Amino acid sequence: MRIQNSKPVVSADEPFEIQNSNYELRISNSSLLTKQYRTLSYVSGPLIFVERVQDVGYGEIVEITGADGVARPGQVLEVNRDRAIVQVFTGTRGLDMDTTRVHFTGAVARLGVSTEMLGRMLNGAGEPLDGGPAIVPETFRDIHGEPINPFARDHPSEFIQTGLSAIDGLNTLVRGQKLPIFSGYGLPANEIAAQIATQAQVLGTGERFAVVFAALGITHREASFFIRRFEASGALDRTVLFLNLADDPTIERLITPRAALTTAEYLAFQHDLHVLVIITDMTNYCEALREVATAREEVPGRRGYPGYMYTDLATIYERAGRIKGKPGSITQIVILNMPDDDITHPIPDLTGYITEGQIVLSRELHRRGIYPPIDALPCLSRLMNAGIGAGKTREDHRGVADQLYAFYAQGRDLRRLVAIIGEAALSAEDRKYLAFADKFEQEYIGQGNTNRAIAETLELGWQLLSEFPAAELKRIRQEHIERYRKAIGQSGIGQSGNRESGDRESGIRRSVTS
Amino acid sequence: MPSIIIRVAGPVVVAENLVGAQMYEVIRVGERGLIGEVIRLEGDRATIQVYEDTSGLRVGEPVQATGAPLQVELGPGLLGSIFDGVQRPLPLLRDQAGDFIARGVTASAIDRTRTWEFTPAVRAGAVVEPGDLLGTVPETSHLVHRVLVPPTLRGRIEEIRAGAFTLDETIGALRADGDRNAPLALKLAQTWPVRRGRPYARKLDPDTPLFTGQRVIDSFFPVAKGGTAIIPGGFGSGKTVAEQTLAKWADADIVVYVGCGERGNEMTEVLAEFPRLTDARTNEPLMRRTILIANTSNMPVAAREASIYTGITLAEYYRDMGYDVALMADSTSRWGEALREVSGRLEEMPGEEGYPAYLATRLADFYERAGRVVALGKEARVGSVTVVGAVSPPGGDFSEPMTQNSLRVAGAFWGLDTGLARRRHFPAINWITSYSLYDLRQWFVDHVATDWEAQTGEALALLQKEAEVLEIVQLVGSDALPETEKALLRIGQILREDYLQQFAFHAIDGFCPPQKQYWMLRVILTFYRELARVIKRTPSLERVIKTSAAVTPPIDNLVPAKKERAPSKSENAVEPEGATALADRGTLLERAMALPVVAEISRMKEWQHAQAETRGRALIEQIERELGALR
Repeated sequence: MRIQNSKPVVSADEPFEIQNSNYELRISNSSLLTKQYRTLSYVSGPLIFVERVQDVGYGEIVEITGADGVARPGQVLEVNRDRAIVQVFTGTRGLDMDTTRVHFTGAVARLGVSTEMLGRMLNGAGEPLDGGPAIVPETFRDIHGEPINPFARDHPSEFIQTGLSAIDGLNTLVRGQKLPIFSGYGLPANEIAAQIATQAQVLGTGERFAVVFAALGITHREASFFIRRFEASGALDRTVLFLNLADDPTIERLITPRAALTTAEYLAFQHDLHVLVIITDMTNYCEALREVATAREEVPGRRGYPGYMYTDLATIYERAGRIKGKPGSITQIVILNMPDDDITHPIPDLTGYITEGQIVLSRELHRRGIYPPIDALPCLSRLMNAGIGAGKTREDHRGVADQLYAFYAQGRDLRRLVAIIGEAALSAEDRKYLAFADKFEQEYIGQGNTNRAIAETLELGWQLLSEFPAAELKRIRQEHIERYRKAIGQSGIGQSGNRESGDRESGIRRSVTS
Repeated sequence: MPSIIIRVAGPVVVAENLVGAQMYEVIRVGERGLIGEVIRLEGDRATIQVYEDTSGLRVGEPVQATGAPLQVELGPGLLGSIFDGVQRPLPLLRDQAGDFIARGVTASAIDRTRTWEFTPAVRAGAVVEPGDLLGTVPETSHLVHRVLVPPTLRGRIEEIRAGAFTLDETIGALRADGDRNAPLALKLAQTWPVRRGRPYARKLDPDTPLFTGQRVIDSFFPVAKGGTAIIPGGFGSGKTVAEQTLAKWADADIVVYVGCGERGNEMTEVLAEFPRLTDARTNEPLMRRTILIANTSNMPVAAREASIYTGITLAEYYRDMGYDVALMADSTSRWGEALREVSGRLEEMPGEEGYPAYLATRLADFYERAGRVVALGKEARVGSVTVVGAVSPPGGDFSEPMTQNSLRVAGAFWGLDTGLARRRHFPAINWITSYSLYDLRQWFVDHVATDWEAQTGEALALLQKEAEVLEIVQLVGSDALPETEKALLRIGQILREDYLQQFAFHAIDGFCPPQKQYWMLRVILTFYRELARVIKRTPSLERVIKTSAAVTPPIDNLVPAKKERAPSKSENAVEPEGATALADRGTLLERAMALPVVAEISRMKEWQHAQAETRGRALIEQIERELGALR
């Protein structure tokens, strides 16, 4: 132990509680190189300044012990000569300038990871919450990870069947993709995410995903919803849960997604598992980021969020993908709530610039009782083309999706028009688009809580398109029209069997009121 | 006193006792020797932006000046490579450090073991100037790599050898003017600092289009070789697909694609796709004419800032050999953000939206490195660098500083429209807001058709008119429009769906040559003219309303009156005279739109390129025939 000349330092033999065996750093407490200081000069929000420090590394993990004797984890945000700026993950309440001991651990944040974590419930920093035994790490990993070399990436191209037509048919998810759900408060994003997690499979293989679930500042109710759903579907024993709930420390949220992704990388690229990472709710993460930035008195960017938020979010989202020569993969479903349903808000905006598409939920559809209330128009899957087509789904998939989009967009435009001039002013042809848009929402999107195979989804698409003459199907290739188009009259869309097939769980489908 | 680190804040590191350091000098930082660059000097203190992750870096660790600015290595073997933002080859990094990018790894940019067959073009004793041709190396089967006298050297060739050489071997010697020391060794490779544009003899006016095969661009908003274009658009509006499509099809000799702070999987897509696709002009894999620079969003932010300079320096190098180079920068906004982040860490006074005040200057410096030039050297080679920069405005709002400052320097503006993208209209380039400042008329007259401009002008005017009519439709509904305007709407739809829309991944339609563009447009415009003639033969709507005012409700009630009218013909028969005429004309337009030619027009995209003219002529005849029969 290095002795500081300024203030008395805690002696090495003083008992130091090891609360978190999952952090290697705490174990290394007995190392001779540990440094402790009592030289706080400033405490504000989540930040403390420690003076007269030596040999402190940028990004180093710190343990702060206040008068209450509880050790709090923190991280070095800046070192300037002998002053270190430290963010305290669990907050600074109760810290004082005189007795607070700051212990620099000498290493950047690392998480002990293990395959035993599957089936476990952990807190936001990776410590067991389920009363089970401590996790014995197989190895330690830097939670910030390292960027995947773009040359080492394998292009994601395996179709994932989620069972939801709006995703499978129109905005296909593939293995290794990062696809966020842009939700609004009160919309059933959690239900959709849980449904994807329990239903998702790669076509033909029936292979299931291991799930890494990171909760960032969500309520107890939301967390227990997920746990119940995972339990009910038998997915819990292939799930790792990282829970930072609404009443847990805010700043801890900055490490929770990283801890989850570190675990996911270990499972995917060491143990060849296909991992589905669900992170909810990134809005809370960004709030925590803003809190730290504000406390540091940084120049704010849009709406007070820091200018580097894009880069920061990228270091989370970009940890999805596939690596050449490795069978495992990481697929990310990130849920975020758009404040005031505003898609141009910095959080969804920056997310959309990083992720490979987005699924956007609509309050209007939700009010009309349509589940899942996915607003198809602003949705996008950038990797769709790689995952569909002959040999993957079906050759006509692209054309059918584009055609449905084109007609639906037209119908939606007309709906706006009708609001102004009334339906009577529409031509017969326009009314056809209008009717199509309604039907499309009710039947194609609004499938209720069912699990539709991709073949059913495509078939339903053709049934809806059969209302239009072949010449109007400009987005579909001639040969596909000839092969798949159904004659008008035999479309019994409303009666197609899949509506009754599912309905395993109630409470999600609402009665149609409009 | 040793040079040591005194402050670490993210990518910004301050070191002291760094005496004699120069601005933009490369510094090795810390015990791992991370690469950094001096961006501010203050007494003996230097502020360094570090191109690698600085986690774990400590105060007191040593720093080492290298004496050289950030530079790239230039020589044969660049084509087909993939680099990070500071020209480290990613395949080699993977071999050395595994699938993840580790820190402090260095690797030579170009393969040093490979030998190249060098054929001299000068003899010993020749007096050479900067840019003169020393000899050639076949870099790919279709591209001759011209080895030039570096821009900083002139003198007499003492010795020059033919044969196979690696990059490190000496191909000859040059005695600089008035230099009595040993002659300088000449090699196949040279270096150049990235932040300084390579010199040229003079700039030329751009007068040749960079042909992209994208109808909306080539027909309406072409960019010149040596020009600059920007593609701003909100997320999901297709910037990256547009950039990749241009990288695939643009008729440049060489394409430098800079993935600046974008998605890793997108770079992978390029890496997976380009080696498989063939360049139509040379029948070689597209990758053989491409250099990729991939600094994805999660890679260090300072290297992102450097990546576009690395890219444009490579582009200038091939320009100097007399080639047409296209640089795709996706996305310049991420570069701007990197600038902003570093500026913030330097605690500089922020300008608009937190961007530094020098943003506009830096952007202009970058875009002005584009151009069509006469290169240095006796040969007077002409080469060009065209820059196409994607811009990612927050919230899709074009009023933000990056878009506005880019607009000041860009010659072509291809504004992407989220609304179009949402209805899957791709490329989602808005034809109302986009523009091109390049005057390329003469080229199209000389190479395609004399009435090219008249035709594209007419089509654009129709589209503008359609937009105006659509605004009226928003108020009164389409049924209340006169027939001529209804016909205009139909033509607008045909132009949009059968001409402007182009599926980038379609085997045939992905690339549309100029001749085919010309004939497609000619067919559509002929159809419109014939259709207009058919419809004009019957009285205009206004006249019908006036004459039938006595028997039909006044115009105010026209819309509600239709409520009772079912669209079937049988009911029309019992309606008053004026309305019958109206219905007849309505059916005339409907009948015209149901003609087989309309279906054929929508299949034009799939025509084989070589048949465009013959099929175009035949279809025009068919249009005249079928619409003539309607009259």
